[in-house]
Amino acid sequence: MTTATAVAAAPAARPVSVRRVYRFELVKLVSQWRIRLLLLACWLGPALFVAAVGRQSTLPTDTLFGRWMHATGWAGPLVTLGFAGSWALPLLTSVVAGDVFAAEDRLGTWRHLLVAARSPRRIFAAKALAGLTVLLLLVAGLAVSGAVGGLLAVGNHPLVGLDGRLLAPGDAALRVLLAWLCALAPTLALAGIGLLGSVALGRNPMGLLLPALVALVMQLAQMMPLPVGVRLALPGYAFLSWNGLFTGPAQLGPLLIGVAVALAWAAATTLLARLLFLRRDFTNPAHDGSGRRAVALGVLPLAALLAVTVGVLAPAAGGAGSGIGQDKVQRSVATAFAHLYRLQTAELNRPDVTEEQLRATAACDKGSSSVEPEGPGNDWRCVVTWHLPGVDATGTAVYQLDVAPDGRFVADGDGPKEVNGYFLVRTPTGDAPNPLWQFDGNVGLLPDPSKG
Amino acid sequence: MDTLLAVRASGITKCFGDVVALDGVDLEVAQGGIHGLVGPNGAGKTTLLGLLLGLAVADRGSLEILRTPVGRALAAPDGVAGFVDGPGLYPSLTARQNLAALAALRGPGAGTAGIDEVLDQVGLTDVADDRANGFSLGMRQRLGLAAALLTRPRLLVLDEPSNGLDPAGKRHVHGVLNRLAAEGTAVVLSSHRMDDLEALCSEVTILATGRVVFSGPLGKLAAENRELDYRIVTSDPAAARRVAAGTPGVRIADDGAERLVVRAPVPALDELVVRLVGAGVAVRELAPVVSPLEAAFLALTDQPQEDVR
Repeated sequence: MTTATAVAAAPAARPVSVRRVYRFELVKLVSQWRIRLLLLACWLGPALFVAAVGRQSTLPTDTLFGRWMHATGWAGPLVTLGFAGSWALPLLTSVVAGDVFAAEDRLGTWRHLLVAARSPRRIFAAKALAGLTVLLLLVAGLAVSGAVGGLLAVGNHPLVGLDGRLLAPGDAALRVLLAWLCALAPTLALAGIGLLGSVALGRNPMGLLLPALVALVMQLAQMMPLPVGVRLALPGYAFLSWNGLFTGPAQLGPLLIGVAVALAWAAATTLLARLLFLRRDFTNPAHDGSGRRAVALGVLPLAALLAVTVGVLAPAAGGAGSGIGQDKVQRSVATAFAHLYRLQTAELNRPDVTEEQLRATAACDKGSSSVEPEGPGNDWRCVVTWHLPGVDATGTAVYQLDVAPDGRFVADGDGPKEVNGYFLVRTPTGDAPNPLWQFDGNVGLLPDPSKG
Repeated sequence: MDTLLAVRASGITKCFGDVVALDGVDLEVAQGGIHGLVGPNGAGKTTLLGLLLGLAVADRGSLEILRTPVGRALAAPDGVAGFVDGPGLYPSLTARQNLAALAALRGPGAGTAGIDEVLDQVGLTDVADDRANGFSLGMRQRLGLAAALLTRPRLLVLDEPSNGLDPAGKRHVHGVLNRLAAEGTAVVLSSHRMDDLEALCSEVTILATGRVVFSGPLGKLAAENRELDYRIVTSDPAAARRVAAGTPGVRIADDGAERLVVRAPVPALDELVVRLVGAGVAVRELAPVVSPLEAAFLALTDQPQEDVR
């Protein structure tokens, strides 16, 4: 008869620490050529671009702060941020976060990793942290590279804000840093969506593309005439609302709401991804993480989150309106004009005047008289008036405005030629760009508290 | 006789939705033994190996690995290593980097074996610094084995480790497994290569549709099995045919010019050999046409032998 006796007991399973799995994940990520190339591109590309633009006569004036790239090095990182928010960051999150789980499905290494690390929870945490680390390195590269390139090529000069005010280099640097930090929030939201797609869709390429697709849909949505409450509830709004840091006073309301919404999305998507990952059966060969149920589990809670956010924000954001009203446009244009007039005065070597002395006002209308002066459109027209000390006559200048649904506007000078009708002004040292010819501005979308 | 057990499974049942992958499976694996798992595709071999590796938990039944009861949480106890569905390797890393990353995962105090040592054991020293994306299937299998050896396992679980191996690679792998078993490591492996299993395993378990149809030593399997076909090459085929025809329990299955194929149980075959020698006929070759394990596998899993032959 055989007597069965077990061998000396093995210690119970001791999961590998998150720190070790995190290091393992970083090694795997950084060993990929595409990640190395992306790191190189992010740390060198913006610097080369900003430096190249600094040496050209044409400026990317359709990009926010692009028209100031010859004036100061601090415009470079902001132009980079505008481009990054639209294209680079969604694509980077796709490549990094959208692939961090799917790569194991593609390589067939899940079982190997689970046997080695012994804890799906720790694997999830380590993978999310490793993806986040690489993403932060890429974002830091874009920001630092753009700033260094701008400062080296153009110099550390004051930056003209979206209200026309001159920001001292130190102040500009701080606001640039804050703007990039704010853009991290929607980047994290996209990264969370990437993790969710990577877990829920497995080998399906849609998982990889999900952050880029969501970002594209959000961009399209921001171009539509949506109610402000819906606009603010979209997780990508902070890619635009950092503009508010460059107005005076800073438009912090939309910015903070955008950041909070994005962080809520980042948390919700990451938690959902974790939930789906921990429910996965790694011995079932037919299960690669994808499936209708997984997709439903991932999508439905996010739809609910969007609905709740819209429900909370819509009343506070003034109901169904666009948030762009006649008063706000007039105030923004007049304020920016007054600041930029002083800049032009300094360029022309004329005696300085203060904004209080100028008493600039704007009278704006939209389209024909039958159209309500409200909402986005390129048919806004403003007549700015101002006064000079000791002069009885009132100065007037005309602007055509193109106001985007997100509140950003471009004011295009329509004369008189000596003030805002030509892109150059004649200064004692030669021709110089005319700051009043075209300028960017921003209209706060939330109701103005001072208006009661 | 006392048997030290590395695995003791009792009444293991595992379902995937409506599919019953394992249905009341009992399994005992002795420490220091090499245990083969055999079964047709879909028999539940990989699921069972996955349970041993802590990749899943059983729906019912009890499982004890290295004397540690496996609970409802994933992860096997320390001392278990191996792979199912092929080794997991990262193609952007070299063989050495793959192993170094795994060793780092375990930490410096985890008592891992040396990377060069395990690479040498599986015969991959020459390609240690090549990226794994250029490796053949056989090389990947050997690197997967090296990764498992890195943790100095007391229970090694391998799914089809002989896939894609050339003769040299096979020799390396067999050598490693035999040495590990001699040192006291229990090895559980699945394979469709009956020759490998017969060469390596002391015991086998045959699974069919999630149930155990045989479990025990290979010798017992051969004894339990009914008649087998044997090929006999002798110095005098005509005389051998006459002797075989006159031996009780022996039937002539095929009669070629140079060789004779007879169907007989083991005792009748022994009698035939005695009679041939007594008649002055030299026996130059005597071998089963289909190995005992393969024959048992085909019989116990209801596979037609003719199709395979």
